[in-house]
Amino acid sequence: MAIDKKNMKVVNNKTHSLDGKALMQGKGKYTDDLAEQNSLVIKILRSPHAFAHIKSIDVSEAQKLNGVALVLTYKDVPHVSFSRAGQGYPEPSPHDKFILDEYVRYVGDEVAMVAAIDERVAEDALKLIKVEYEVLEPVLDFETAYENKSVIHPEDGIKEMFPIGFDPKKNVAASYEMHVGDVEKELAKSDVVVDETFYTQAQAHAMLETHSSNARLDMHNRLVIYSSTQTPFHMRRIMATTLGLPVSKIRFIKPRVGGGFGGKQAFHGEMFCALTTLKTGLPSKLVYTREEVFGASYTRHPMRIQMRIGAMKDGRINAIDCRSLSDTGAYGEHALTVFMIVGSKVLPLYNKVDAVRFGGRVVYTNHVPAGAYRGYGAIQGNYALESTIDILAEKLGMDPKEIREKNSMKEKETSPIFEIMGEGTKGTAMIMESCKLPYCIKRGAELINWNKNWPRVKVSDTKVRGYGMAIAMQGSGIPFMDMGSCSIKLNDGGSYNVTVGATDIGQGSDTLIAQIVAEELQTSVDNILVYSSDTDLTPFDCGAYASSTTYISGNAAWRAAIKMRERLIKEAAEYLGEKPENVEFDGKIFTSKDKTVSLYDLSVQWLYNKNLHQASVTESYFGHVSPPPFMAAYAEVEVDLETGEYEVLNYVTVTDCGTTINPMLARGQVEGGIVQGLGMACYEDVKYDKKGNLLSNNFLSYHIPTHKEIHKLTSEFADSYEPTGPFGAKSVGEIGIDTPPAVICNAIYNATGVRVHTLPITPEKILKGLKELKK
Amino acid sequence: MLVKFYLNDTLVSYDVRPDEYLSETLRSHGIKSVKVGCNESTCGSCTLLLEGKPVMSCSVLTASIENKHVTTIEGIQEEAAKIAYHFAEEGADQCGFCNVGYALVVYALKKNIKNPTDEQINDYIVGNLCRCSGLHSQLKAIKAYLKEE
Repeated sequence: MAIDKKNMKVVNNKTHSLDGKALMQGKGKYTDDLAEQNSLVIKILRSPHAFAHIKSIDVSEAQKLNGVALVLTYKDVPHVSFSRAGQGYPEPSPHDKFILDEYVRYVGDEVAMVAAIDERVAEDALKLIKVEYEVLEPVLDFETAYENKSVIHPEDGIKEMFPIGFDPKKNVAASYEMHVGDVEKELAKSDVVVDETFYTQAQAHAMLETHSSNARLDMHNRLVIYSSTQTPFHMRRIMATTLGLPVSKIRFIKPRVGGGFGGKQAFHGEMFCALTTLKTGLPSKLVYTREEVFGASYTRHPMRIQMRIGAMKDGRINAIDCRSLSDTGAYGEHALTVFMIVGSKVLPLYNKVDAVRFGGRVVYTNHVPAGAYRGYGAIQGNYALESTIDILAEKLGMDPKEIREKNSMKEKETSPIFEIMGEGTKGTAMIMESCKLPYCIKRGAELINWNKNWPRVKVSDTKVRGYGMAIAMQGSGIPFMDMGSCSIKLNDGGSYNVTVGATDIGQGSDTLIAQIVAEELQTSVDNILVYSSDTDLTPFDCGAYASSTTYISGNAAWRAAIKMRERLIKEAAEYLGEKPENVEFDGKIFTSKDKTVSLYDLSVQWLYNKNLHQASVTESYFGHVSPPPFMAAYAEVEVDLETGEYEVLNYVTVTDCGTTINPMLARGQVEGGIVQGLGMACYEDVKYDKKGNLLSNNFLSYHIPTHKEIHKLTSEFADSYEPTGPFGAKSVGEIGIDTPPAVICNAIYNATGVRVHTLPITPEKILKGLKELKK
Repeated sequence: MLVKFYLNDTLVSYDVRPDEYLSETLRSHGIKSVKVGCNESTCGSCTLLLEGKPVMSCSVLTASIENKHVTTIEGIQEEAAKIAYHFAEEGADQCGFCNVGYALVVYALKKNIKNPTDEQINDYIVGNLCRCSGLHSQLKAIKAYLKEE
């Protein structure tokens, strides 16, 4: 039953983020702010070669250096393969990584670890480690990786946890195939068939807080780790398994986190901190340098995506065939799941096709490993699909808006893909209970004045404005897999402690959980004390990924609040000598006929005087469906025809994410996603040299959008209500990032006639295209 | 070596190495509000005011600031709260890691340039990277703060 948004007093109302003021005042404590004062400082010796076997390694000189506490190589650490991906159990990623190994598989891979009394001693010690490498032939072009004579994972002891198409002897981390109907037959029947191939790059997360962790033993000799992580509970499980410790010996605490975007779903320094502290008994810390974040953590999976689409003259799309090749780099973190989303969260947009096919491989190369990154798979697939849809529209002589309106998903419809494809496993059938995509397309067109402006407006002899669009969808958590939980405890005076595993990494989940609980218990957010993500103190949550927090953790919080409300009313009824159904509660006072009692009085009595007990509840939630948010996006791009340079003057989005629990934070998610997507579309160029050295490894050589590039963002939300969501909400964390590559590609084409098939869309590529057009 | 400087108007004396940078000195003395995002003066997270002007403290040698005035966020708490209000109004705040640097640079902008144009604002804050927000919302928030009397 839908709740009228007009009656909501906290949810869907403007609420400042709970931590915003304190963070601006410098009072927020991030991981490294909480390291013990006398922590050993850990530094990692990293491989100078893209692929090599360690023939010998001599650490004796380093160990002798004054101030060095510990040096570890592959000979000193447990030889247990694991996945750093930070996923649930069993992981859909191959266990293909050792804490340290005798092979190094990319420039930056870990060779050895030093812990010393300070950073300078640790760095000096690294220089004293003597390594003799047998340099092997690297695979640096992912299109040649399959069955290459260089096998990147020749070692024993690596495995898949369930069938994912893992075939390391052929350099394959995962593979996948699916189809509905007969694609070839439908393409043959089509009046028009387009066949286009696109390439996407290895975007860097570039969160401002670098990967950080630190460890100490508490008075009971338990390992306590602060980590800048999105997945504290998965970390605890994976660390326990890999180091052979009971889960009870490990506590993970997530303090404030300085941005994640998927990059902090995974392990980075945590194993080294744990080993150092376990072996020395001393506190330790590891803070990645910016260069390490670029060159030795994770990137987005680069991909080649071929789209073949067939349509009839009237614009009806018959069939979509998508072949993809993904580069997972040296290790297979999220190899299969990212790959599948290229299909599962992209192709259902056009659900009226008679046939659809998706498949291909994820290959190993000797590049920086790829892992989770906001919108993973979806942004790559969206660029390929939504660019190809524009190409198809032109061939059909149709307005790109019209072909989308005709073929895209509508409310109460479905796609067979939902049931076939999940994340690494089978999916879940679902009907779109909320889908305002037609409204989003229409409203966005009004905001950009599409009918007047499309395809282009000439500004001068050398400047032209192009207009482009795309549509997108995401999901809301992974059904039957992602679980969140929430505990609520009543304090004397009537405030509530709310503990959640939901991992606030800056997106504001603490705030929106407070809003959900406050709305249900009819109080203000000031009365809700949220504490998140400490494996000792808070209930479980899968963590902040897969657009799950609002929907999964939010639903858990809502359920807990509903239960708390029922419980309070029941107990107040007993006090008043009435039946619960006759008692009303307005957040402060329980009333039944002429009798009243306040929450304040009851809460004090229960702790000190009568009916002594602690009122508390815990509830969990997992999704039975994953309702997608939808978006239509449009851009106005001004291109200089003489130089190929361009500026995005206005980026318009209309989003259906159900109820916006916090309208300002929802806008922050959408706009933050758009700007990261614009980075991938326009500026963020990843460059390696011929030996596999990453050249774009700092903020000067890897250009993320700044205030100079970003002009106007126009962001609106559709009036929508998802019946399975908390107060009608769906997710909003990833949807924003999906559209910019296709939208900018389409706008540049409409301005210039140049279609750019590789990201980023640089002035050089546009200029080259313009010159070719003149020939 | 001993270096004396004014930290938020209080004279302090710290024993530092000659090759030590100001961000390192302050953090090692418990002033953890100084955030280090790149340690190579490219992200702006560690911004402080030196003699009232924004500098990236990861590239200022502590030995070079004898007798100078350093302002950290602790020195402008009320202004930071005002800036936070406008960031919240525009939905421009997220993880907060860059916010301390932003607050200091925006405060300095207000002190140093009267009625700046959008271009002047962007020029002033371009060195402060933010990966979470849409940036446009920050510009709106900054303009609202600058209008405050």
